[in-house]
Amino acid sequence: MSEPTLFDLSQPGKRCTRMPRPERAAEELVPTRHLRAEAPALPEVSEPEIARHYARLAAWNFNVDRNFYPLGSCTMKYNPRAHEAIAADPGWARLHPATPDECVQGALELIAELETWLAAILGMDAVSLQPPAGAAGEFTSLRVFRAWHDARGDAARTRVIVPDTAHGTNPASVARCGWEVTVLPSGEDGRVSPEALADALGDDVAALMLTNPNTLGLFETRVLEIAEMVHDAGALMYCDGANLNALLGHARPGDMGFDAVQVNLHKTFSTPHGGGGPGAGPIGVVAKLEPFLPAPRLVEREGALGWDWDRPQSIGKVQAWFGNFLIAVRAWAYIRAMGAEGLRRVTEDAVLAANYVRGALRDTLDLPYPGACMHECVLSAKTLAGETGVRAADIAKRLLDYDIHPPTMYFPLVVDEALMIEPTETESKATLDRFIAVMREIARDAAEHPELLHDAPHSTPVRRVDEVTAARKPVLRWREG
Amino acid sequence: MPWAPHSERDRREMLQALGVDAVDALFAGIPESLRATAMPDLPAPITEMELRDEARRLAACNRSLDELVCFAGGGIYDRFIPAIVGSVTSRPEFATCYTPYQPEASQGTLQAMFEYQTMICELTGMPIANASLYDGATAMGEAVLMAADATSRTRALMAGALSPAARQVTRTYCEATGIEVVEVPWDDASGQTDLAALEEMLGDDVACVAVQQPNYFGALEEMAEAASLAHEAGALFIAMVEPISLGVLAPPGEYDADLVVGEGQPLGLAPGFGGPLLGLFACREEHLRRMPGRVVGRSVDAEGKLAYCLTLQTREQHIRRGRATSNICTNQGLCALAAAVYLAAMGPEGLREVALLGAGRAHELHELLTDTGLQPRFGGAFLNEFVVRVPGDAQELVRELCGRGRLVGPALGRDYPELSDCLLLAATERRTRDEIEGLVEAVRRMSDV
Amino acid sequence: MQVPDDRKYAQTHEWAKVDGDLIRVGITDFAGEQLGDIIFLDLPEVGAEVRQGAAFGEIESVKAVSDLIAPISGEVREVNEPLMDDLDGVTSDPWEAGWMIAVAPEDPSQMAALMDAAAYAEHCEREA
Repeated sequence: MSEPTLFDLSQPGKRCTRMPRPERAAEELVPTRHLRAEAPALPEVSEPEIARHYARLAAWNFNVDRNFYPLGSCTMKYNPRAHEAIAADPGWARLHPATPDECVQGALELIAELETWLAAILGMDAVSLQPPAGAAGEFTSLRVFRAWHDARGDAARTRVIVPDTAHGTNPASVARCGWEVTVLPSGEDGRVSPEALADALGDDVAALMLTNPNTLGLFETRVLEIAEMVHDAGALMYCDGANLNALLGHARPGDMGFDAVQVNLHKTFSTPHGGGGPGAGPIGVVAKLEPFLPAPRLVEREGALGWDWDRPQSIGKVQAWFGNFLIAVRAWAYIRAMGAEGLRRVTEDAVLAANYVRGALRDTLDLPYPGACMHECVLSAKTLAGETGVRAADIAKRLLDYDIHPPTMYFPLVVDEALMIEPTETESKATLDRFIAVMREIARDAAEHPELLHDAPHSTPVRRVDEVTAARKPVLRWREG
Repeated sequence: MPWAPHSERDRREMLQALGVDAVDALFAGIPESLRATAMPDLPAPITEMELRDEARRLAACNRSLDELVCFAGGGIYDRFIPAIVGSVTSRPEFATCYTPYQPEASQGTLQAMFEYQTMICELTGMPIANASLYDGATAMGEAVLMAADATSRTRALMAGALSPAARQVTRTYCEATGIEVVEVPWDDASGQTDLAALEEMLGDDVACVAVQQPNYFGALEEMAEAASLAHEAGALFIAMVEPISLGVLAPPGEYDADLVVGEGQPLGLAPGFGGPLLGLFACREEHLRRMPGRVVGRSVDAEGKLAYCLTLQTREQHIRRGRATSNICTNQGLCALAAAVYLAAMGPEGLREVALLGAGRAHELHELLTDTGLQPRFGGAFLNEFVVRVPGDAQELVRELCGRGRLVGPALGRDYPELSDCLLLAATERRTRDEIEGLVEAVRRMSDV
Repeated sequence: MQVPDDRKYAQTHEWAKVDGDLIRVGITDFAGEQLGDIIFLDLPEVGAEVRQGAAFGEIESVKAVSDLIAPISGEVREVNEPLMDDLDGVTSDPWEAGWMIAVAPEDPSQMAALMDAAAYAEHCEREA
């Protein structure tokens, strides 16, 4: 299988969309020194060719509609159709962000409701929808922390403590705030140990970033004690909310002592991943941090909602307008349809599914940490690798032959040959049972026909891709010939 | 609960397999005090039918561009979107797939992004483009940080006539890392960046000079001169561009830009109340390894067949963690796809026509307003957007016109207090002669000139 | 495992070999195996100062980035430019053609702080 690029299909004079003829030539409108000498060499193709091109490309994508994605920390749940229909309403989609507040009261009301609901779910006092993605939410929160410390005249704090199990975005966001990362080794039980934390804390620490449940799928049971220690040291508590699907209706970051948390609407609140975006990363904060949130803030004035741009303590903007609004519309719809009881059941089913898979695979792979997991579990292929030479990556690639997307691999870094599995609540028991059966079959094949795994995948449109050559001699655009 | 595939029997069987009586047992690790307060106070659940009615009622409280005749600009434009764009982006294979970390399962997305990167290179005249960032404003912030890193310098000069949102985001990005953002004044007569002032401000601590084309006022900048001033001082030149305009305007590669950013919304994205948008990002080859965000490369598979994959991932946070070129971990995949389909649908000729149609309409509007006695604020050349001075408070006029079915603006007073009697007017290919005459008539009556 | 005994070793898997007035520096085959296929090598320029225990460059595989740690302090006198275009050389011939930089040592006695071949072999056993 292969599909030519649109550039390969291009021929001079072919057109898809036709426009009326412009009445004025470029030279009549703009001084010639500003004009381009040559037209951009965009593809010249017809509509049927475009339609077929993308239909063929589409067929080569795994996607949540068709495939199971047990992808840890990514929460690849079903994306409800109703939300797409709602977001497509021109009353949302065709709103210009510079429209005066009185003409967008519906949008402002939706934003106000979503802010209130997220605050209730998180146990936080204020929410900003402006960060356009989870990592942007982390950065925004840390910038808010920095502004808060600075406002107190406490500008000497330069370190942020980040456990070794954290997502890579955590240390990267710390660096973006001009701070340094202190890596905290996890304890024997895969959790942060207050004793190790005590050694890392000091009066130069600005914050602790904690994912709860952590990336091993384990709840940080001593989080209240940890929060107290961090606050006593004058630092703030940040919750990476990537794993919020484990907590809905069961525990709130605000109640755990966190001062800020980001929400990945494209994970917990079921908005589509879009092949890598757009997502949205609203943040919730405690009351004392509210003045520092990105401007503008939504306020109620004389019975109407409006944007307040006069925010002298704000860290400024983190997106061009008010965040990824059309993603917020979908999340609003999800929460509205679910209600509190529905969200609570989401978490229960997600945790049940993860434990079910974990229990069923405990004889097939290693379980590095004992006890129940939350919404995801981390298994290890270490023993299997030792016995058969088959590695986690080989198992992952072999899953593709069964139409199952690989789990997250080699993460968190503290587990050798890690396979991080998050089934989510929207996969049926039949799907989970099939996955379990497939994993057992793959483990058998690892012993009996290891080459099947080493060479996997066999049935995808392409075989294993040579990423070494791609990186050594990057070809990042099409060229003729 | 909606979207739940389990029957009660399924749940019971799963619990039995785990040897527990109730799902509560799985939450035993959460302290009781936390569980007691965890239920959020939310409205009771509703069915899809009720949900859609409620959403429709709420949406009807907005005045969208289906109701308002749009002459508003400021980075978001009312462009025509061919139906093929939505038909491709609404495919679940593109909408519901994950980041293409597994190339064997993602060739569709990967090839589409490779084609997108090529189109952005063609449009900008630059050798390298990434697979997109969040929006034009954050792309500018990333570009300035990258320039500071590349030059080991700590001051960024940004045209004051450059998008206020992009400047504000850049400040938020830079302030924490000790990079100073300084604004270059604009010329009061032309609305262009004051190049003499720029020359004065340049020095060996300046990492970059950022100028927008056309600038926030719609004025065409002398990009080649600004770029050469920057280069003489050893600074990088960052061009912020509007992609449709590149159907006719000189691409940044022609005037020697080092980094190029832009807001991609006009390429087939709905205005969406300001998001999601599309951050365009392109650069010269030597900056490849400092580039933020994802990038797709072409390679071969184990059998030697052409295949695509994400590449140069060692720049990114999931590998380099604290030393990554950026903390970004998504692109705007589906928005970049929309832009690619849009650009393919338009082609070079269509893009030129779209740019000229809008520019032609804007010039008609400019002429008619001038005939009416209203003064354009600046005298320089423009493409499809310009600033007009109105009697009284401009924001008030924006409100009143909105009440009469026409959207203009943004008014400039909030970002430029000295221009509180000024607002932006833009025209796209969608505007008609009648609509333009209608706007001029409405403005004339309201401002009594 | 073959560990040449004509040079010294750092815990971070760099080797240092006396070559006239200079100390030649590379990484061991153990380090190369851990990294897998190399896709990028970032080395300092001639004239740069390196510090014992501090990074002098970076080496990247597809999925990992590692610092190259200087086993000795001094000034970089030579850089193995051809290696940058033949990255397989890092792993195919780590002991000879795969050298990375040659340093004029500030204090040759720093070599004493490094492991000898036998100690390094043991160190690798523990890490494997």
